[in-house]
Amino acid sequence: MNGKQIRIRYENKAGYAFIAPWVIGFLGLMLIPLVCLIYFSFTRFDLLSSPQWVGLSNYVDIVFSDRKFVQSLKVTFIYVLVLVPARLAVALMIAMLLNTRHRLIGTYRTMLYIPSIIGGSVAVAVMWGLLFSRTGAVNSVVQSIFGWNPNISWIADPRTALGTLILLGIWQFGSPMVIFLAGLKNIPYSYYEAAIVDGANGWQRFVKITLPMLSPVILFNLVMQIINGFMTFTQGLIITGGGPLDKTLFYQLYVYRTGFEYFQMGYASALSCIMLVIVALLALIVFKTSNMWVHYESRSE
Amino acid sequence: MRSDVRNFLPRVSFHLVCVLISAVSLYPVLWMIASSFKDPSRVFVDAHSLIPEVWNFSNYIRGWQGFGGITFATFFKNTFIVVVFSTLGTLVSSTSIAYGFARILFRFKKFWFATVIITMLLPGQIVLIPQYIIFYQLDWINTFLPLIVPAFFGGAFFIFLFMQFIRTIPHELDEAAKIDGCSRFGIFTRVIVPLIKPAIVTAAIFEFYWSWDKFYEAMIYLGKPQQYTISLALRMFSDPGVQTDWSAMFAMATLSLLPPILVFFIFQKYIVEGISTTGIKG
Repeated sequence: MNGKQIRIRYENKAGYAFIAPWVIGFLGLMLIPLVCLIYFSFTRFDLLSSPQWVGLSNYVDIVFSDRKFVQSLKVTFIYVLVLVPARLAVALMIAMLLNTRHRLIGTYRTMLYIPSIIGGSVAVAVMWGLLFSRTGAVNSVVQSIFGWNPNISWIADPRTALGTLILLGIWQFGSPMVIFLAGLKNIPYSYYEAAIVDGANGWQRFVKITLPMLSPVILFNLVMQIINGFMTFTQGLIITGGGPLDKTLFYQLYVYRTGFEYFQMGYASALSCIMLVIVALLALIVFKTSNMWVHYESRSE
Repeated sequence: MRSDVRNFLPRVSFHLVCVLISAVSLYPVLWMIASSFKDPSRVFVDAHSLIPEVWNFSNYIRGWQGFGGITFATFFKNTFIVVVFSTLGTLVSSTSIAYGFARILFRFKKFWFATVIITMLLPGQIVLIPQYIIFYQLDWINTFLPLIVPAFFGGAFFIFLFMQFIRTIPHELDEAAKIDGCSRFGIFTRVIVPLIKPAIVTAAIFEFYWSWDKFYEAMIYLGKPQQYTISLALRMFSDPGVQTDWSAMFAMATLSLLPPILVFFIFQKYIVEGISTTGIKG
């Protein structure tokens, strides 16, 4: 604390002039829509006529008699529960591999990052679908290596469709990898040297030094990845169209269909509200349990 | 010499592992590029091969024709309109907002800053339905406005990123400029903005990526094929009504990935820095 900051002088006019776009944007694009969302969720609304108040009936229908809701929730949860740990594990392993002193590290990092910068595009989604189709490259690669063709369409078979999309997600491990890499670089090398002197093996060093030192970064990655996972949409729409047998009907895809294909805006709003509560609860749980496993070196922040 | 020999095996195995992982992760991209040059009848015969038997450039010409007389020139132009305006908009507003938060003391600042953090965590798709209804009431459907205007109100991630940078600038610089007669606005445009240039470049790149890939919003707001962005146009190839020309699709898909990949190679350093300082998703 230096002397200057103790003397509080508000400059409300200047302050609000600079943040005016945010204030307007937050009210107009976030707060008002959020209030509208909650209101619409208690109505029947087809966009053309004005919304009709129906009380809790959307929620009652969703919870008690909507099998697609249950299915889409199940699909999304499986997707997130498998993808997030898998993607983070792959990202961490590769980050550790790249956090060494070798030649060509920069080149490897570049090559491994390319899938992630293009991964969200429609182009890649369409490509992925063809890659895993019956006559696609994956079956062809298997045939040329093992001499046997699986002869299934990975995206059209109910047993493999979701797995194919999870694989696409894992393939885009670049962003968490870069974040892990930055975290790894912050761990002082002397810690490892001391551990080596004490006779710790590689696994012990990983568990006792790397993981605890990296835990704030892991927490950050975990929260962001969970939120993103629940918002998965493009892949499901483009590659599998939610099929086969609703096996890849992501929650957001179901919201989209209800709202923009069947124009049941009220029902879709109720679905969105439920998702908001789920994501908020999950984020809260992760944050609350984080003090059990996240290690902060100094409490100053 | 001895240590060289001892290190040889781990070193070779390190590179072996790296090459293997890189090969697996680049294969799908290379396959797409290769398929864009293959003869349409050969794409799914010996599909795994990465080298076309005959290099066929006509896929690109056929693909460029687009659909119903609308060529990919239109789709690229539309995408550029969305990208350029949203990038400009978000840079201008986010820098100014970040300056306000980082340097000026005003009432309820904590509250407004909390809204930035909440917005950063709250997935935007949640409020897409009410936003759609609002834009529908404004009669903005089938225009680019719903895709562009929100950017002019600042992006939470960018505000956060710029604030991190502004905090590292010593207050003495502001004071000196003030003594020299600079107004608040002058301090912002002449002192702060030039000093956070690296962060601005990073933000520009990320906004470029996000708006280039934008699909959900584009799909619900743009209904006419003349307005389609590349994302929407590529999806038309897999329209079930028609016999799909896959090699033409691959050609246009490859073309659509060219700008993001080029930007990546030119600005790699900024991207890596940006992700590591704020954790924004690439």
